[in-house]
Amino acid sequence: MTTDTPSASSLRHDPLVRGLGWASAALGVPQVLAPAGFARALGVGDAVRHRSATTAVGVRELAAAAGLLGRRPNPAWLWGRVGGDLMDLTMLTRALKNHDGRGLGRTVAATAAVTAITATDVYAAVTRTGRSSPMELTAATTVNRPPEEVYALWKDLERLPQFMAHLDAVHVTGPRTSHWQASAPFGKTVEWDAETTQDVPGQLMAWRSVGDADVDNSGEVRFVPAPGDRGTELRVTLRYDLPGGAVGKAAARYFGEEPHQQLDDDLRRFKQIAETGEVVRSEGAPGGKRARGEFPQHPARPLTENELKEALT
Amino acid sequence: MKANCWTGRNSVEVQDVPDPSILNSRDAIVKITATAICGSDLHLVDGYVPTMEKGDILGHEFMGEVVEVGPGINADTLRVGDRVVVPFPIACGSCASCRAQLYSCCENTNPNAGISEKMFGHPTAGIYGYSHLTGGFAGGQAEYARVVFADVNALKIESDLSDEQVLFLSDILPTGFMGADMCDIQEGDVVAVWGAGPVGQFAMDSARVLGAEKVIAIDKENYRLDMASAQGYTTIDFEDTDVRSALLELTGGRGPDKCIDAVGMEATHGAAHVHLYDRAKQAVRSESDRPHVLRQAIMSCRSGGVVSVIGVYGGLVDKFPAGAWMNRSLTLRTGQCHVQRYMKPLLGMIEQGKIDPTRIITHRLPLTEAPTGYDLFKNKKDHCEKVVLSP
Repeated sequence: MTTDTPSASSLRHDPLVRGLGWASAALGVPQVLAPAGFARALGVGDAVRHRSATTAVGVRELAAAAGLLGRRPNPAWLWGRVGGDLMDLTMLTRALKNHDGRGLGRTVAATAAVTAITATDVYAAVTRTGRSSPMELTAATTVNRPPEEVYALWKDLERLPQFMAHLDAVHVTGPRTSHWQASAPFGKTVEWDAETTQDVPGQLMAWRSVGDADVDNSGEVRFVPAPGDRGTELRVTLRYDLPGGAVGKAAARYFGEEPHQQLDDDLRRFKQIAETGEVVRSEGAPGGKRARGEFPQHPARPLTENELKEALT
Repeated sequence: MKANCWTGRNSVEVQDVPDPSILNSRDAIVKITATAICGSDLHLVDGYVPTMEKGDILGHEFMGEVVEVGPGINADTLRVGDRVVVPFPIACGSCASCRAQLYSCCENTNPNAGISEKMFGHPTAGIYGYSHLTGGFAGGQAEYARVVFADVNALKIESDLSDEQVLFLSDILPTGFMGADMCDIQEGDVVAVWGAGPVGQFAMDSARVLGAEKVIAIDKENYRLDMASAQGYTTIDFEDTDVRSALLELTGGRGPDKCIDAVGMEATHGAAHVHLYDRAKQAVRSESDRPHVLRQAIMSCRSGGVVSVIGVYGGLVDKFPAGAWMNRSLTLRTGQCHVQRYMKPLLGMIEQGKIDPTRIITHRLPLTEAPTGYDLFKNKKDHCEKVVLSP
């Protein structure tokens, strides 16, 4: 399960977002109050249909202004503006095609201006909706070992990279602090310091990144006895801001890095270590925790010496 | 070393490949002394199982001598020089499924469990030489193979039984036996077995060992029916007989008490138009499996009976007779064989002479002639029933 909730507070202090909001207001007010004059200024004439279209556009602009300048600005309005720009461009193109020649220069200038505004809006929408998109992932597995044992294995943080595909290294730096290194999509590396926020032996561990983390994140693991003497139900929740936000997430998914699937696979490998002592390797997926990234896989045949060296390091 | 590799749909080739090495601490390397071609290898070669890669080594029925063990193997359990038969599903021995003896559903041995989970809802065990859906493990139609979790999987053979007597403990003998075991055979039971290939033959032998009154073999290959007939089983040739009517006639109108599907997804049907319907749907990928046998077994089985499925299915089927199944209180039981559960008791039966697995072997070839073996077996040439390869 993944959820996205854009952060409102960062948009309230964003000059570009506020600028676009005020621009909407500045256009919307005259369009609603004096549609005929506004249409004439664009050189599209003041026929009834032109006036009503102008009024409608004005109402839309005022709505966008309210959405972007209000107490809880919603970045969806940035995409709303992009949609409005495309409508405007369509109408202006039609106006250009059916033009009677009077005020043609002004219509051309308006089209150019709207094109520039569209570009700005697209930029704002892509970067602002992408800047902050906290994601919550949950996954669960049952491990055929008692909760105390499963807890102890997870608490050994420096072992996490053995089964978590994206973690390169974890170093314990103090009784409640640690330093984490992970690989991010597109070959980037991210690092952060983390502190343990809750630690109930045999039941619960929670942590969060502190200071100037590349990726703000937090998480918790609960260890619950499984019914019928079947060991431990391990329930993991991770919250983090993916680099590149919504767009980065979509792109990552396109390139096969599906975060939820990864967490499931991570837990599968944790289970392998807890139950059998190690991550199982096949000739097709010799890299163990890198299995998913290896598609198309190595053929199911023994590896050459060089391939072995690469797979086992 | 030499190994028989999948090189594309309907194409296998013996190639030179690197020797296997230890990848996990409880691995062992086995020098293979005997290996076989299985009916389910044909599903892979025919292209009905996705996630094959060109160059995959095929084969999941093999045995041999341990030549190397990983550092995690206790010498009391397994050591160099031991003669072992290797079960085809890879079990970890520790997960809840393994503890419940559901070895082919092992939760830990498939590195590609995520894909298997997408197709099947939950992941299944790793299997040697059986596509990347089951882990991408190199197969055993080769000179050497890596055996995973060798300490809980490899069955040591300490008696002087020949390779041919014990080789089939790796798959088809336990698979046939599980088919009969799932039938919960009672005194007086009539058991019908669809498919008189190697697994079907062993299902028939097992049904008799488990106390069936009468065993009926259904196939269209006369030489296969003759093999069953030679064991004293009643036969039905589905090409010239309506199977359900014949079964009713043989059972006083009741229908067989227990039905075993030892055919699976590539079944053929006596009536050409029915076969063509499913063959066409399969060709355009609107169903992946042809379920003629499953339909016929359900329609034929007596009310309250058991339909036991050991033939392999891989995906989706059309026109599953759910009404017959539900309204007539049928029990449907199935599974990839939990080989490790049956190996030891079956070894005992072989030692006591209750079952003779060698009776189905018709062809013995060197490993280098594996492609010929596939051709003989797939196209049922030269009365081929079972091909054993020697590296």
